[in-house]
Amino acid sequence: MAHAKPDHNHYYVPHHAHWPIVGSIGVTALVVGAANMMNGSDFGVYLMYAGIAIVVVMLFGWFGEVIHESVQGFYNRQVDTSFRMGMIWFIFSEVMFFAAFFGALFYARALVVPWLGGEGSGAMTNAVLWQGFEAVWPTNGPANLGGEFQTVPAFDVPLVNTLILLTSGLTVTMAHWALKKAQRKALVLWLAATVALGFYFMYLQIGEYAHAYNELGLTLGSGIYGSTFFMLTGFHGMHVTLGAIMLTVIMFRSMKGHFSDENHFGFEAVAWYWHFVDVVWLGLFLFVYVL
Amino acid sequence: MSNTAAVQEHHDDAHHGPAKGLMRWVFTTNHKDIGTLYLLFALLMFLVGGFMAMIIRAELFQPGLQLVDPEFFNQMTTMHALVMIFGAVMPAFVGLANWMVPMMIGAPDMALPRMNNWSFWILPFAFVMLLSTLFMPSGGPAGGWTLYPPLSLQTGNSFAFVIFAIHMMGISSIMGAINIIATILNMRAPGMTLLRMPLFVWTWLITAFLLIAVMPVLAGAVTMLLTDRFFDTSFFNAAGGGDPVMFQHIFWFFGHPEVYIMILPAFGVISEIIPTFARKPLFGYSAMVYATASIAFLSFIVWAHHMFTVGMPLGGELFFMYATMVIAVPTGVKVFNWVSTMWRGSMTFETPMLFALAFVILFTIGGFSGLMLAIVPADFQYHDTYFVVAHFHYVLVTGAIFGIIAGVYYWLPKWTGHMYSERLGKIHFWWSTISVNVLFFPQHYLGLAGMPRRIPDYAVQFADYNMISSIGGFAFGLAQLLLVYIVWQTARGGQKATAQVWEGAKGLEWTVPSPAPYHTFEDPPVIDDSKLAHGDVAH
Repeated sequence: MAHAKPDHNHYYVPHHAHWPIVGSIGVTALVVGAANMMNGSDFGVYLMYAGIAIVVVMLFGWFGEVIHESVQGFYNRQVDTSFRMGMIWFIFSEVMFFAAFFGALFYARALVVPWLGGEGSGAMTNAVLWQGFEAVWPTNGPANLGGEFQTVPAFDVPLVNTLILLTSGLTVTMAHWALKKAQRKALVLWLAATVALGFYFMYLQIGEYAHAYNELGLTLGSGIYGSTFFMLTGFHGMHVTLGAIMLTVIMFRSMKGHFSDENHFGFEAVAWYWHFVDVVWLGLFLFVYVL
Repeated sequence: MSNTAAVQEHHDDAHHGPAKGLMRWVFTTNHKDIGTLYLLFALLMFLVGGFMAMIIRAELFQPGLQLVDPEFFNQMTTMHALVMIFGAVMPAFVGLANWMVPMMIGAPDMALPRMNNWSFWILPFAFVMLLSTLFMPSGGPAGGWTLYPPLSLQTGNSFAFVIFAIHMMGISSIMGAINIIATILNMRAPGMTLLRMPLFVWTWLITAFLLIAVMPVLAGAVTMLLTDRFFDTSFFNAAGGGDPVMFQHIFWFFGHPEVYIMILPAFGVISEIIPTFARKPLFGYSAMVYATASIAFLSFIVWAHHMFTVGMPLGGELFFMYATMVIAVPTGVKVFNWVSTMWRGSMTFETPMLFALAFVILFTIGGFSGLMLAIVPADFQYHDTYFVVAHFHYVLVTGAIFGIIAGVYYWLPKWTGHMYSERLGKIHFWWSTISVNVLFFPQHYLGLAGMPRRIPDYAVQFADYNMISSIGGFAFGLAQLLLVYIVWQTARGGQKATAQVWEGAKGLEWTVPSPAPYHTFEDPPVIDDSKLAHGDVAH
């Protein structure tokens, strides 16, 4: 039977799932709260935080249950493969989410701005609607939305951040090697280094945002440049934060003696996710900052 | 964990059945339970969305404004589409996949059973939120389901709720799709090689890939709408260097694969049914697989045919026109293969087969009108007219919905253990098929004559065909209540179904008793080529 005790000939199928409905309630509270907040209601923000709290509890509970079952030995190789496929396809969905925003950036730069500047068959827009608008990048559009602004130079903090993330990709791999060789102390140290680099990246990024808002005049309202810049780097920053939290959890679990040199899918999933945010950053560095 | 003991207990009672009471359905991880939940939810949404369609057709029964405000009419067209697409058609197919895919490939359950529960249980919350917008002071969304800015940005307080509801539906779809891919790739019984899989499994594998690829793009598009509305961005505002047309490009990059998401599983259902009732193996099995994959690939490079009239360089118009027409080739392969499967077959015409035959004919009509719309200069005439409405209702109602209904009749005996009433089934079929054509065929003429879509009033010259169309609509709506009755009656009792159910049926799902036991294939079955639906394929 699938649900007899550890039995590696059968695929483990749990028979009750309490957490999903908790998750649904949490997510609903979160978004209903957020929607009310956007509509200007005061209680919205509290409801949103309550929703976030419920989702966090759900994640702890759900992952805790899975970890417990894994430690008990309920999962065979086939279950492990299902988890791996789940993570890979989840990351692919994330890639496509970022693709939408990269697509908006490319479309705006390659087509919209030149057209507004009078190129191609849409020349009348330029002649009648936005007379004399010159197509340059970066731009906040013909109406100069958000006022004058300067961009963040690429070969300054963003370059440092690139090096930080690349290094963190290296340290997480070192941690993986240490885990595979059962060197627990090195595992924790390399993970700690990765976590530190992740949070340091976020620290610098927040500093950059403050700099952009306070000194450069670059805001989310700075036309299409501000929109694409902050939405791309902002969603990336959210993913880095999430990844750094995941790494922290993995680090504490390693300190508690979780993961074996053979069986450590949780570690690998987080490492994959970390490499994914790393690769997205390389795209950002190239297309948002350098070019 | 605090529930360690509970987990342990459950591991001790070996052959246990479903839990008792309402909580069975809330906490279930069983693919059959979750499949049932999906299907019942889809049926409920089908009735809700159908009720909205009845309001639309009632208002359009005569020229002039009779029943509802124009504003409410627009909310009905918008909500009807959102509810039918995300609430009825997609969940119904996920329900069919949940029930049938594990049984067809000899798996004990879905690969990720807990996540399976969550994929479903997000949906009721999302739809309560979406439907609640109709009762807000500002009313629900009224700018069309495509949410084109700048119009959609003028929605009142309901806007953020609609966007978040779409996010939740997307999360549900992505998790469902990940589960289906993991199940198909990882859970097949030994010997069930990829090219031995039933075609329904193949079409769902490809559909799941499409879902994971494009639902996040929709999430991105609606997120940009949200930030444009509330956080000062100018993605779709030309004054800031953005472009409303850019939304259309991003939206339809999702939207076109989405229409194949809604039809490929129907292709799969039809490819199961026709061989059974023609008592012949499916003709050109591998060609069918490759055709499905080709359609999926092409679906990514044809999106702008939804926006020929919006303003696009000539090169773009030409590329998207030819790419769209190319889709007729793999689709033609499928239609010819279904016809060839029936050629010299020993055919009988039970209700599932009748719906499958109607599907082949009526979906092809929708395909041809699609080909007409693909022609750029012709589309300049047809765009935003009732011709488009007629086209996509032929592919979605007589395509997707007929495919679902055919699948329900085909597998209902396996689910319930009872045969449905063949007499009532045939009445339902003829009533639906005649009325659906009365409903949608005149809309072709209305569109060619120039009647615009999404409008509560019209010139008197369109009065006759609108009245005919509305009469067809009411009749079609009524017919679906008969479907509800038939399903209810079959679930409650009736002639006992055998394991095989249909004389010509092949495939693993017909080797287990009817109703299918709560747990099937906990020990993987032995795969015997002669018992597979596609048994003639030598690999």
